[in-house]
Amino acid sequence: MTLRISDVDVDLGGRPVLRGVNLEVDPGELVALIGPNGAGKTTLLRTIMGLLTPRSGGVRIDDAAVRRGSIGYVPQRHEFAWDFPISVEDTVMTGRVRRIGWLRRAGVADYAAVAEALDRVHMSQLAKRPVGELSGGQRQRVLVARALALDPSVLLLDEPFTGLDMPTQELLTDLFRQLASEGHGLLMTTHDLVAAVHTCDRIALINRTITAAGPPAELNDPELWMSTFGIRATSPLLKSLGLGPTAPETLEEVV
Amino acid sequence: MSPLDFITDLFNPDLRFLPKALLVAVMSSIVCGVIGCYVVLRGMAFIGDAVGHAVFPGLAVAFVIDGNLLLGGAAAGVLTAIFVAVLSQNRRLREDSVIGILFAAAFALGIVIISRSPGYSGSLQQFLFGSITGVLDSDIYVVAIAGVVLLALIFAFHKELVAVSLDREMARAVGLPVFWLDLALYVMVTVAVVISVQTIGNILVLALLITPAATARLLTDRLGLMMILAPLLGGLSAVVGLYLSWSYDLPVGGTIVLVTTALFLVSWVAAPRHGLAARGRSRVHVPAAMSSGVMAE
Repeated sequence: MTLRISDVDVDLGGRPVLRGVNLEVDPGELVALIGPNGAGKTTLLRTIMGLLTPRSGGVRIDDAAVRRGSIGYVPQRHEFAWDFPISVEDTVMTGRVRRIGWLRRAGVADYAAVAEALDRVHMSQLAKRPVGELSGGQRQRVLVARALALDPSVLLLDEPFTGLDMPTQELLTDLFRQLASEGHGLLMTTHDLVAAVHTCDRIALINRTITAAGPPAELNDPELWMSTFGIRATSPLLKSLGLGPTAPETLEEVV
Repeated sequence: MSPLDFITDLFNPDLRFLPKALLVAVMSSIVCGVIGCYVVLRGMAFIGDAVGHAVFPGLAVAFVIDGNLLLGGAAAGVLTAIFVAVLSQNRRLREDSVIGILFAAAFALGIVIISRSPGYSGSLQQFLFGSITGVLDSDIYVVAIAGVVLLALIFAFHKELVAVSLDREMARAVGLPVFWLDLALYVMVTVAVVISVQTIGNILVLALLITPAATARLLTDRLGLMMILAPLLGGLSAVVGLYLSWSYDLPVGGTIVLVTTALFLVSWVAAPRHGLAARGRSRVHVPAAMSSGVMAE
């Protein structure tokens, strides 16, 4: 199932934040959404989730309106009250709260979905642990499992790598690749451009609109990155991507 | 006075106000204990304090016009909660400033209103610090019914309230009515405060909401258990507090609150996993804890 964002304009408090955003995320694809602060990354994710209403344009899945539960949302870790006295499995169950319905209790199908979601993120052995005792990487995986509990076809991840060390980032990247290979479409925002270039199938550069989108190897025009991020030609960022003047080799060689 | 004398007094027909006060104090402690779990976990202590003060003008009006105290308090509390919601829409002010302004204003209004009634210093003291005399039979029914309704609502909407408290963004994303669940919780806090004000008093009611729930939080990492322990601790404090108050002729609100505080301090030192003593012990085992964490990762 393909996520299609077409001609989306979004205003926040009367200010234009996004203009003419077009982007598609196919099943089996890991797409990075990259842009400077204030570029509208989180705004775009919230619009896709239906938390914000676009001024014009729309979000569809396979040319049908988005059904609740078909898109899983993994917000930034600081949005979650980690000091709450709740176990990992009960947290994952809260992802299904609307599917269970008002005045109803979780049934066999709900427990099965939670167990499967925990298994997918390799957290089954910590199911009973209070969330407050988890490491940063484990917390991120719990949030992914909570989104997976509804078995969505598309996952939106808001800065999943922020504040995590390299080994933890690698474990998470493996998890995202695995979910993509299982047929999920994943769209994640990140500030780690180098990791995104190396691990994602496609990269979408955003600053108020999608300035470019494509496989990392094709985004080898330094001008594109300079205009999106508002950086100079001598920026270390371009060097680290292999696009700077002192590192004339193409991005293909780096990737 | 021995506990046995206290029990005898409870059944003394000349002291009929005593069992009534005990019943109301225990029931309101139980309700406050359960609802207080949400107040503590969501960091709503200031709102609880504000509501405790905000019900005062309603009580004062009801007292002056000889109306129903519980209804008056509930009306004032709910009105203040709505005012907070509306005035907070102006983003130049943080919500805590708005709450501070409104609850002080409501309290001031209450003092001005009650000063118009004859013999006001006595009634003022009764409102501020609580009283065990003057609990009507009808109050017992109102408190019992309100308490049962509140507990039923908390139980019925437990999983939705948990989801909203954990992560509002996710709750919105899955389609929960976050604003209405918040408002429902504020109204439930208000009602819990109103039914407790009479015995424990305006100022100290906050302790009934916060302290038993915070004590329970120290004792467990499971919300279900926390919501059983908090009302038990609150109810125990009410019984012991009233007994001490009756034996030594102490103000009942203050005595109950001091008992809950004592339980909190004991837990703070001796709680199995989060207490001072347990943390001191675990410091010795830091290497073991770290290695198990690595394996889990």
